[in-house]
Parts: sequence; structure tokens; C-alpha cells
Amino acid sequence: MASERKSQQLHTLSVIVENRPGVLARIAGLFRRRGFNIESLSVSTTDDPTISRMTIVVGGDDATIEQITKHLNKLVDVIKVQDHTGEDVVERELALIKVSCEPEQRNEILNLVTIFRASIVDVGADTMMIEITGTEDKINAMLELLRPYGILEVARAGKIILARGSKTT
Amino acid sequence: MGINAAELLVHVLIEEGVEVIFGIPGGAVLEIMDAIYHHRDKLKFVLTRHEQGAAHEADGYARSTGKVGVCMATSGPGSTNLVTGLAAAMMDSSSVVAITGQVATPFIGRDAFQETDTTGVTMPITKHNFLVMSAEELPRIVKEAFYIARTGRKGPVLVDIPRDISRTKLDDDFPIPKEVSLRSYKVTLKGHPLMVKRAAELIASCTKPTLYIGGGVVASEASEEVRELAERCNIPVVYTLMAKGAFPDNHPLCLGMGGMHGTVAANMALNTCDLLICVGARFDDRITGNPKEFAKMAKKIHIDIDPSEIGKNVKVDVPIVGDAKLVLQQLLEILQPKRHDSWIEQVMDWKRNYPLTYDRSSEMLKPQYVVEVMAKLTGGSAIVVTDVGQNQMWAAQYYPCSRPRQFISSGGLGTMGFGFPASIGAQFGNPNELVIAFVGDGGFQMTMYELATAVIHSLPIKVIIFNNFYLGMVKQWQDLFFGSRYSATSLYGNPDFVKVAEAFGAVGYSVKKPEELQPTLEIALEVKDKPCIIDCWIDPDEHVYPMIPAGGTIKDIILPPQLRHRKQKLLEQLAAAYAAAA
Repeated sequence: MASERKSQQLHTLSVIVENRPGVLARIAGLFRRRGFNIESLSVSTTDDPTISRMTIVVGGDDATIEQITKHLNKLVDVIKVQDHTGEDVVERELALIKVSCEPEQRNEILNLVTIFRASIVDVGADTMMIEITGTEDKINAMLELLRPYGILEVARAGKIILARGSKTT
Repeated sequence: MGINAAELLVHVLIEEGVEVIFGIPGGAVLEIMDAIYHHRDKLKFVLTRHEQGAAHEADGYARSTGKVGVCMATSGPGSTNLVTGLAAAMMDSSSVVAITGQVATPFIGRDAFQETDTTGVTMPITKHNFLVMSAEELPRIVKEAFYIARTGRKGPVLVDIPRDISRTKLDDDFPIPKEVSLRSYKVTLKGHPLMVKRAAELIASCTKPTLYIGGGVVASEASEEVRELAERCNIPVVYTLMAKGAFPDNHPLCLGMGGMHGTVAANMALNTCDLLICVGARFDDRITGNPKEFAKMAKKIHIDIDPSEIGKNVKVDVPIVGDAKLVLQQLLEILQPKRHDSWIEQVMDWKRNYPLTYDRSSEMLKPQYVVEVMAKLTGGSAIVVTDVGQNQMWAAQYYPCSRPRQFISSGGLGTMGFGFPASIGAQFGNPNELVIAFVGDGGFQMTMYELATAVIHSLPIKVIIFNNFYLGMVKQWQDLFFGSRYSATSLYGNPDFVKVAEAFGAVGYSVKKPEELQPTLEIALEVKDKPCIIDCWIDPDEHVYPMIPAGGTIKDIILPPQLRHRKQKLLEQLAAAYAAAA
């Protein structure tokens, strides 16, 4: 029941790696050949230019997640791996959503945008582009509310997370 | 004045204790070759006839000495020819460093002449690899490569050096780092004390334990500790192909090899014990068969240096991450002596009633007989290298070994063609030892061009070809499961291997009848300055037994024809064991 749901949950891993050429390819290669499933992946340098942070959302049961974590740790370029699933972290995603929008609908959509503290970044003759940041749930909610207008295109950036307080991620 | 990075590379190699490099030069490594030429008094370059040979030779050198084996190739096809050898080293956790040339940095990614994305191609089959992008980092990278290759769970490491980097001049006194420090690579060596304590408790309370030892025992040099544990706590020992020799075959507690072609005693012990102590092995499918059914009555302790192996194939009760030698020492500090008389009696009973056996009365030359005679003539003390297939299994079953690194075989990847070049590497690493290669006619043909290398360097390796004019192991499967439909397994048209030997400047003998065997081997053993091929025409219908078919369980074991009437008794004992445990 609850434990079953947890074991099928998506896990968010924070992977600290040496900022060397090819590290992303190594990790992608590892996932491919071991058959691990990447839901989303985000990577960038940190304040320390020799270190990069990857936030990877992976799917699988507990045994699979354990294998993923262990195999990531085995890579010579990986400094640290942490599973932050279920922990107290701040998580954010970003989405750009292009909706179909007749001039008379602009106000309605503007209302939704205000409620979600999103912003309008493009207006066309019959389209509008919305930029929204927030948790995965918030973005999904926005998408559902925009769906009746006709979603033309969506681009979503991978999830990033940081632990709260002085805890390292 | 300055020295170029290639010179610096050679300095680092010499500092790392490298004495021999196996490889083939080419455009991208000309500067490195020149630097090697300047140091040819300290560093021997063995020119092979194909880079695959070079990779297997470096691997055989590493496995038989415990040192890092080094191979070298040029860019493009030279590097891709190393792939099979690197994959073989990877699967068996062998410490090999491959140095490859690459096209100059401005040309990378532009489909230049002899360019291949070597680091991309070898990423999944190396423990780690490097593409050197500046001359300054070359010494550090090479030192890191050796460090990674020989520490933790060992493995092959490749260093790809673009030609312009090799040529770059650095200061005469450019510093070579004294130490390697990698913040992202840390190895756990000592076992968690709580886990060690739990393991000791399980050992103290069990009644039917079995030790299951693998390549990690060899890598960790833990033979003494395994022996002490087995003797002090009266535990029978099963070894994998990778650990043959780590526990002496003639020790009373030794049950032999386990797994698909392992002994009955070994497999029965593995599957009916109540405590399985796995040291440096990985529950590979050749040992477990169907992993869900394997050793299902036993609690399991798993000692391994690689955390990702623990729980990968089989769930265990006490996982201990650490170096096998150190963890066993920790265990031995707290373990009390004990006995398991009735369990030992049972496993000895299996050993006695289900020995490895074959038709000794046949008039045809039997492969098992070949191994037995060779073992007798060499006192069981030679370094034994095998190829892959039936030849490998018969060598593993019938040549008794007594020390680690005595038995060299491609286990994980099962690479045909590995045997002969690996024996060359083993001979280079052990110049005063007798080296025997047991190969099949199929596998030998894949790398027999290395006869040239063996002759040029006067290596007195004895190569025994189990010549059945078939791809023997595949034929066996076709016999057992495909109604003997020999689809492309006949090696009709094999060359005359004696003439092949002579063409290369080696010596060749042919054995077609059992009575010819011993005299021929005796003559061959007297040859001291060149390799010897002994082409043995063995019974092509001989199968390797016992056999537990892939994905099967102990119940599916196929016994040799001479013992099939005893299978029912085995099944009854199994049923009784399962019932008692329930």
C-alpha cells in the first residue's frame, strides 16, 4: 500500500561530479547500459568551477535505486551521490508554455498567470507564451488549467533541488 | 631545452614500475615510440602482430603477476583493435593500462585520418579513461591511470594522447606528482565492525556452512586468510573459475569449481548449505543458474570491495564492503574454532560418489586424459592459461592448482582467442616458470598470429590444442538442445597446426592416439627456446560434464554418462535437504 507506492516512486538524486569534459556522457552511458530510467536531468557548474551538480530524477523500485546510487558512486568522476526523495528540500522546475489565445481570452489567461505568480513572456495575434517556475505539481496544475485553451508547445527544464538550511545537498 | 610530453610519459611509466609494453606503433604514437627508444634499456616494447594480441598479453601479464599490464596502440584502427582485450580485462577486473595515440587536438571530431572516438568507444569497457588535452596534465593523468587500475576493484584504464600533446615541450624539470589524490575516488578497505560481528555470529551458529570464493580473493591476496578460516571453522570451499588455485585443489576441504560445469560436491554444497560465505565473488549466472533458486536455504554473507555487487543478483543477509584480506582478518580476530563433522561427512560423500569422470577405456584420445597427463608431467606446478570453451572447462576440471595466479582464464567475457596471447604475457611476467596454454582449434585460430611474437622472444610456451575440428562448446549445446543440428560449428578445413607452428619458426607435434601423448609431451617439455604446439586430435563427441544448463537449478544437473544412474539419489538428497530446512 503506502510502501508499495513508495517503492515505485520517482527518486530525486543529487550528484556532485568533477567538472570535466565527458562527465555527462559517462553518466548517460551508465544509465543506458544498465537499463536505468531517467525521468529528467539537469546539470550545471556550481560556485566552484571545478565541480558540477547534476539533479537526476530516476524511476524504479528500491533495489533499482540502490543499484543506481552504487553505480554512480563507482564512477571515478562522481564525488557524491545523495537521494533526496522525501526529504525537506526546495525543488523547482521551469516551464515555457505556448497556448492558443484569442484576443478576448487574454484577460482570463492573465488571471491564471497572476494567480500562479507566473509571467507572460510573449504575446502574439492568437498565441501567448507563459513562463512559470515552481514545483512539479504547481506546473502540472497550470498546464491542466491551460489545456482547455489549447496548448501548442511546452518546454520544461529538469528539476533542480537544494536542501534547506545548512544541510548540504 | 625542454623535453616533450612523450618523454615525460616514459619517465612516469618507468617510475610506475613498467618493464614491458605490448603494442603496435603508428603515426599518432611516433613521439612516444621515440621516447621509448631512448629508454630501451629500461623499457622493453614487445611488437605484437595485432593489437588484440597486445591487449590480451598485457592482461595475461597482469593476471599472472599482480602488476599492471601495459599495452599501446596508435589512433583509429589500432585503438579499436584493443576493444575486445579491454572488455575482457574489464569483466574480470584485471589491472591493465592502455595508452593510445589520438589525432592532434585541432583535428578531433573532424573525421581525421585514423581518427576514432576512442574514449567514447571504450567508455563502457574501461574502469575509467582519459583524453589528455594539455601536456601539463599528462604526468598527473598517467599516475592517476595506474592508481585507478590497481586499486579498489581493479580494472582497465585507457589514456588517449593526441599527437600534438605528445610533441609539446615542457621544462626539463617539469614536476611529476609524487602522490595521487582523487577526491572523487575513495575505496573502502576495512569492513564495518558491526557487519563483521554479525557475520561471525552467523558462522558461530551455523551447522552447514560453505565458502564460495572468487577472483577478489586473488586480487586481494587473501589465500592465507581463506585457508585459515576454512581450517579453523571447518568449512568446505567452493571456488569460481577466477579463483582456481586460490585454495589448493588437493586440500581436503576443497570441493572444486562450482557452477555450470562445476563438480557435484561443489554445487550440492552451495545449494544445500545453511550459510553461504561469499568472498570476492559476484553471484555470476554461471555459478547461480537461476538466481531465484540458488542457495535458497542459506543465509548469506557477502564480502566484496565493490558495493554495487552486493545485492545486485542475489539478496544477502550480511553485506560487508571491504578488501577481502582485511575483512577476513577482522573476522579471524573474533572467530572461534568449530567443527561440522556430519556436514563435512556429507560433502565428502558427494566428492567420493560423484567424482569428475570420463570413459577411461576409450581408444580415442580423450581431452581429460590430455590434461591429466600434462598435470602429472609438470607436477601440477605450471602456470596454466586457457582459451574459452570445452578446452577451458577440461583444463579447469582436471589440472590441479595450488597457488593463486597459477590459473589464468577469461571468465566474465569468455573471449575466444584470449588463451595463447595471455600465455605470452604470463611468460613475460614469469620468465622462469613453465607456462602451458590449453586452447581449442577455434580459439587458437583467432590469435595464432602471435606465434611470431613468441618465437622472436624465444618463449618456451607449451600450447596444447584440443583439436576436435569443431567449435566444441557450441557443438555440445547443439547436441544437447538442438538435435545435433551443427549450424556453422564444423571447423572443417582447419590448417595443419604443426605446419603453422613451423611456418612461424616454432616447433609442432601432432598427437592422434592416446599412446602417443605422453612421449610427445615429454619431448615438448624439453624444448627451452621456442614455443611448442601440440596438436591433439581429441574425440569430437566428448562433452563437458557435469552440466547445469543455463538458467537451470541443481535439480537440472546432467551427470557424466558413467554416473547417471546415481542422479535419483542426488534428487532424493536434495528433496530431503529442502524438507528439513522448511
